[in-house]
Amino acid sequence: MNRRRSLRPVLLCVLLALLLTALCLLSIALGAVSIPPGQALRALFGHPDSQLTQNIIWSARVPRTALGLAAGAALGLSGALMQALTRNPLADPGILGVSAGAAFGIVLAIAVLGVGSLYGYVWFAFAGALAASVVVFVLGRSGRSGATPVKLALAGVAVTSLLFSLTNAIVLTDPDALNRYRFWSVGSLADQDSDVVLRILPFLGVGALLALAMAPALNSLALGDDVAASLGRRLHLVRLQGVTAVMLLTGAAVAVIGPVVFLGLVVPHIARILSQYAGIGPDNRWLLPLSAVLAPCLLLAADIVGRMVDRPVEIQAGALVAFIGGPFFIALVRRRKLAEV
Amino acid sequence: MTALAADRRTRRPFRLAVPPVSGVLRPRLILVCAALVLAVCLLLCWGVAIGDYPVSFPDVVKALAGSGDPGTVLVVQELRLPRALTGLLVGVAFGISGALFQTMTRNPLASPDMIGLTEGAGTAVVAGIVLGWDGGLGIQTLGLLGALGTALLVYLLAWKNGATGYRIILVGIGVSWMCTSATDYLLARGRQFEAQAALGWLVGNLNGRTWSQVDTLALTMVVLVPMALATGRWLRTLQLGDDVAAGLGTPVRTARLVLMLVGVGLIAFGTAAAGPVAFVALAAPQIAQRLAGTAWPPLVASGLTGALVVLGSDLVAREVIPGTELPVGIVTGVVGAPVLLWLLIRTNRAGSGG
Repeated sequence: MNRRRSLRPVLLCVLLALLLTALCLLSIALGAVSIPPGQALRALFGHPDSQLTQNIIWSARVPRTALGLAAGAALGLSGALMQALTRNPLADPGILGVSAGAAFGIVLAIAVLGVGSLYGYVWFAFAGALAASVVVFVLGRSGRSGATPVKLALAGVAVTSLLFSLTNAIVLTDPDALNRYRFWSVGSLADQDSDVVLRILPFLGVGALLALAMAPALNSLALGDDVAASLGRRLHLVRLQGVTAVMLLTGAAVAVIGPVVFLGLVVPHIARILSQYAGIGPDNRWLLPLSAVLAPCLLLAADIVGRMVDRPVEIQAGALVAFIGGPFFIALVRRRKLAEV
Repeated sequence: MTALAADRRTRRPFRLAVPPVSGVLRPRLILVCAALVLAVCLLLCWGVAIGDYPVSFPDVVKALAGSGDPGTVLVVQELRLPRALTGLLVGVAFGISGALFQTMTRNPLASPDMIGLTEGAGTAVVAGIVLGWDGGLGIQTLGLLGALGTALLVYLLAWKNGATGYRIILVGIGVSWMCTSATDYLLARGRQFEAQAALGWLVGNLNGRTWSQVDTLALTMVVLVPMALATGRWLRTLQLGDDVAAGLGTPVRTARLVLMLVGVGLIAFGTAAAGPVAFVALAAPQIAQRLAGTAWPPLVASGLTGALVVLGSDLVAREVIPGTELPVGIVTGVVGAPVLLWLLIRTNRAGSGG
């Protein structure tokens, strides 16, 4: 390995960090009222030019940006994790039944219990997501052969479509539920209490730690179950840890910002292609953090664009993520001779 | 290896080796197909029999043959049969198309909805409903145009010195999510009444079908299904990987193009007729594969299973809440998922064959 090549991963990380910082600043500065970057920075570090900028930045923009960062990182990370865990490049965190469970929880809360506020149904969404993924994991590992990747994925798809059927049945027969559900399901970063971020942060933190700690085990798992077992990995424990991490990360993120599954599916692919450029190869110790940085970049970019195109009306970030990420993704897929995952 | 393992799994395959006819007979596959045909016929008659004006089973059979009470014949042949036949054909189309895509890509998650066809159809239809861009085309034509347009777009975008299956899927995912986003945005933007109408189509619906729709669908299926069956040999070699397939004498590029065209055609016309009925294309081949005990999704059995799922779901949708008719697409998950889950738990096979 020559020296120039070993520098490339570092360069990639620096570039991505710069990009993310720039996007955070833009996200704080831009919006219905645009604040010059200088003023925004001064307000951030405690020397605001006016009470108005102080208020805008600390009560609206900073929580929103923090939410974008946290939820984006969670979705990207859990996507990479899910694809490594099922050894299937088409797996996304939604496949574990997480989004479907969250959606069902919300619709149930609105239609049956009459919960009205966003703050109230976040917890129903989280509970639904957790319950659904536990069911998927238990179903996926039953039978004598235990949890195989294909069984896990198929069980997830089956439970997901079961729950989506039930959700749709309620939504179609209850106009009020439809009205609230369709706004949650588009995925928005706006109008969230700063409290919400703080409350989901512990779940995200634990999930992220679990995920990052298991990268070496995922690398062994990529070689197949038998090889991983003979390398000393305890497969059941690895899968349990992975599913727990995905559950915590996606459950919390989806409950708050809606099912933005595109991030989890596509960002790991982008990370894989970028890591090919950097000469790292499909090493999960790089892929997981890369995904965790790339996903918030994409989410924040989508959120900023959503604020700016049609001012002062906002387009929800979830609806724009695919529009901003899609073409970029397709271009990357076209450029590179793809290694089959 | 795969062929050997498959042979062993089907217990006692008969090898007919009397030239010019030779091949492998799989008793379990044939038995499963026969049972599926019987079940489909039964559900078809049952679906025709129930409703506001119940018809007894013998009368249904008589009316299908064209004899009996003229009123019953009218109800059965003009009002109920088109719906049942649409369900049957759509199920067959989705099942076979799903089996083609899953075998070709060797990935059980690669259902045709994954590469954006149904999403494209959905976006076209929702745009038509919400923005009023109907242009007098009608929902069906819009859906068909959306699906075919998306397929063309995906193929062109994935084209670079030929199109590999993997790249088509990845590009398809990108396009599919862009379409989904557009649909979600339109739904959130539209007025509530329009949103509800659009959602009703988006989940798949068999209400109010007429003979003209059945005719269009039947005509395309008469062309496409035999084509799909004729490619069975290619499918079995492609499933071993491109290099092995080429080594076994399969024209890989041509095979993939033909398979893709057939799969896309089936899904596009099916979606146009009934909307994107969720889950059938993904689940039917997997259910059929586990029922027949084969190592790959068998085409005919997949089609029959698809028909069974759609017809069964339609029955449940009409009967479960008296007075309201749920769209069929809502029920396919409820009907298909438990079956798939049960088969998953029951089949005991280690490794990625799961």
